Amino acid sequence: MKKTHSYTCINCPLSCGLTLVEEDGEVLEVSGADCRVGEKYAVEEFRNPRRTVSTTVRVQGGVLPLLPVVSAAPIPKALVRDAVRMLSRLTVDAPVADGQVIYPDILGTGVDVVASRRLDAAGRGDA
Amino acid sequence: MSAVRRPQCVVIGAGPAGLGAALAAREAGLSDVMLLERDFELGGILPQCIHDGFGSIVFEQVLTGPQYAQRFIDRVERAGIEVKLNTMVLEMRGDRRITAVNPADGVFELEPSSIVLAMGCRERTRHQVMIPGYRPAGVICAGAAQRDINIEGLMPGRRAVILGSGDIGLIMARRLTLEGAEVEGVYEIMDHPGGLTRNVVQCLHDYDIPLHLSHTVTFIHGRKRVEAVTVARVGEDLKPLRDTERRVPCDTLVLSVGLIPENELSKQAGVQLDPLTGGPVVDETMHTSVEGIFACGNVVCVFDLVDWVTQTAETAGRGAAEYVLEAGRRKRGPAVRVTAGRNVKFVVPQLVRRPERGVDFFFRVEHPERAARTRVLVDGEELYSRKAKMVRPPEMIKAGADPGKAARGPENVTVEVVAEEEEA
Repeated sequence: MKKTHSYTCINCPLSCGLTLVEEDGEVLEVSGADCRVGEKYAVEEFRNPRRTVSTTVRVQGGVLPLLPVVSAAPIPKALVRDAVRMLSRLTVDAPVADGQVIYPDILGTGVDVVASRRLDAAGRGDA
Repeated sequence: MSAVRRPQCVVIGAGPAGLGAALAAREAGLSDVMLLERDFELGGILPQCIHDGFGSIVFEQVLTGPQYAQRFIDRVERAGIEVKLNTMVLEMRGDRRITAVNPADGVFELEPSSIVLAMGCRERTRHQVMIPGYRPAGVICAGAAQRDINIEGLMPGRRAVILGSGDIGLIMARRLTLEGAEVEGVYEIMDHPGGLTRNVVQCLHDYDIPLHLSHTVTFIHGRKRVEAVTVARVGEDLKPLRDTERRVPCDTLVLSVGLIPENELSKQAGVQLDPLTGGPVVDETMHTSVEGIFACGNVVCVFDLVDWVTQTAETAGRGAAEYVLEAGRRKRGPAVRVTAGRNVKFVVPQLVRRPERGVDFFFRVEHPERAARTRVLVDGEELYSRKAKMVRPPEMIKAGADPGKAARGPENVTVEVVAEEEEA
């Protein structure tokens, strides 16, 4: 039986309204996308929705108490909350380089979580 | 006090606008560019915007706020631009004399050949939206909550109601949820969301957070700490309907009720402001009404994309460099007004001086509209036209046009949005 699903593309500000038609899990057609990214997104969103995870981890001895981190690629949407919970238990030592791997292969997804900025060591705002 | 320094360009504020402007001014040939920042580090508000979605236009890549900032910070460091951190500008005069203070230099004076204003914007507060009630702890602006959670490591509360559906409010709905708080709902007085659609989808739908359109908060309960808020549906006149009031228990009210360009210094220097944007009136080089003072980013008008902040910053930086390098050799030409036409709330830049060069116009629509066409007209001649499936007030539109290509004029430039069928 043919089924129609609607999605809103989240890849860019155009926020295209996407319509995906499928029959027994087989994608027949995607319409509404202004670009290829949107088409791909609709298919992913139907088969295996993924999201980029961004959160913070604790830092010891840094100019700030927290370090922003981000998954190097999107992970399955269903795992986002667990990933954030797992990262909330982590503490890293300053200094941290931009892009440094903070947690490899989060929840067995094959995706590394990396620092999303450089964070220097030592006292803050004492200039 | 030490001798007065005379840099070629002083940039006030080191967020995305200031960083971009300082780099552009340097790359356009100025050797002596100075960047003033009141915080202890560069980046402005970006370091607290840890979510992704930045840079899809400038870098054609999806970055987090800190990543976007880091790229510019690295470039500013490599370019050897002089940076003064922990530095507060106390006064700026129309003759471009700046008085600033920091712990290392004390109070000092600058007389730059050009200035770029990049102070960004500030959040509207409870008082500006006039919510009655006591003044308990637990009423917080969305950006302040964002700083608490993402930079300071503090949780503003456990059960939150969000008033306003601006992008920061939507993003904080998700962030609070991920950090273990409960978000009861987002209440929006208008009949459409205030933030980008992609944020409504990723931040609310993904987490089953309800969005109540045409609703507002009519009372804040609690004397020491927020205990609850009263919410109500609003009529077409945006006035609350009393019989729809209900009490929502919560310990925190997060406000995401708009941003205002930060122009206290601009006013001091006599820079002419546009009542529609709240920022300086600028021409296509981001030159303000005061000779040698340029402006860019959210100080000019509140953008929804950092990428566009960067683009205006690059224009302003190049403009300032050109102004300094051509000093005295060119008088500013007469300006052509840019008119906001049908369903256009405002347009930046407001003036066009040198029509022979291409101009990027940034504007917002007044109300959502399906099947529309955005157009730039010079003396009635259409120079730009683009179809849009949907236009919405939160989603700023950019239209690039070359007014110098018009057959006549230009005496009048109009930016408008027309319904497809209205087209001739």
